[in-house]
Amino acid sequence: MDNGRIEQIIDKHEGAASSLIQILLEIQSENHWLPKEALTRVSERLGVPLTRVLHIATFYKAFSLVPKGRHAVHICTGTACHVRGAQRILDAVQDTAGIKPGETDLDMRFSLETVNCLGCCALGPVMEINGKTYGKISPAETAAVLQKYE
Amino acid sequence: MSKVLLKIDGRAVEAKEGMTILEAAQSAGITIPTLCHHEKLDPYGACRICTVEVEINGRTRYAVSCVYPVEKNLLVRTRSAKVDRIRKMILQLLLCHAPDSEQLLDLAKEYGADRDRFEQETSFCIHCGLCVRYCAEVKQKNAVGFINRGTKREISFVPELAVLECWRCKECFPLCPTSALQAAYVFIESLKQGDDSPALLSYNK
Ligand code: SF4
Ligand code: FES
Ligand code: FES
Repeated sequence: MDNGRIEQIIDKHEGAASSLIQILLEIQSENHWLPKEALTRVSERLGVPLTRVLHIATFYKAFSLVPKGRHAVHICTGTACHVRGAQRILDAVQDTAGIKPGETDLDMRFSLETVNCLGCCALGPVMEINGKTYGKISPAETAAVLQKYE
Repeated sequence: MSKVLLKIDGRAVEAKEGMTILEAAQSAGITIPTLCHHEKLDPYGACRICTVEVEINGRTRYAVSCVYPVEKNLLVRTRSAKVDRIRKMILQLLLCHAPDSEQLLDLAKEYGADRDRFEQETSFCIHCGLCVRYCAEVKQKNAVGFINRGTKREISFVPELAVLECWRCKECFPLCPTSALQAAYVFIESLKQGDDSPALLSYNK
């Protein structure tokens, strides 16, 4: 992410310290992670100590301090999905993508995470990629779905 | 500022409005144990060891004295069977993180806390926040802060700032109730000198 874009995002919020989380969220959503330079810049421009920025950036799961893949894959392991075989979905995805939850593959294609209920239990087991939900999915179908994301 | 009259351990104490129970007690020479409190810092209420029994209108409750403001006609008991039990449990929990902290062991003796009551998970830090808050509020350097949350929460120095500020300051060291900061420092020093300090030896094993 180029610095100009970071400045733009900060400008949009008029460099207000109270917009810290919003600014971080915008950088996160465009860049998929928060590089150190971005955090330092935000800290300088907003006049918020870097320790405080780090405190917040490490507190919320929505932020990542390590590079993330182009596609965010979420497998629901909540109660309903669990009883409907979420583990087998997870195993299948791990096999195809070659990564475990919390990891990103070398080509930066996928980042895999498990979540505890996406709020659509009736569709379980659920896989979500970049916010798009794939419900009632079977382990065999996951590979074909992942194929669609380059 | 208006005066507030309250009773602490049966003694009439006159406090100023806005004072905390802890401050009122201290001004009357009554001791309440604290771990995360420091006069120069804003009240924080992290450790809960300063819990006391308060009675108002005949109702008894438990209050964290370092953040609880004084009220008129408040009856405070700084020790009771239940207060002691609460403090004992807090100490036992904190001791899993810092089993060798002298400050904690002294309190443990007083409250009959067993340092091996729970499985040890030594992180050495009890999250009192004294170092973090002192660095921010008094020194205004913000070289150390908290990161992560819940069971993964820990303190973390910003290396670029620490290298400039910390070596000559180190004022947070004596504040730490567990000596975790000194320990880390001594350890790093020994690494730098590459000597055969016991810490280094056990690390290399
Ligand atoms: S390192 Fe020490 S002073 Fe700092 S938060 Fe942990 S226990 Fe408190
Ligand atoms: S448990 Fe998976 S959506 Fe609710
Ligand atoms: S001294 Fe009151 S909560 Fe720590």
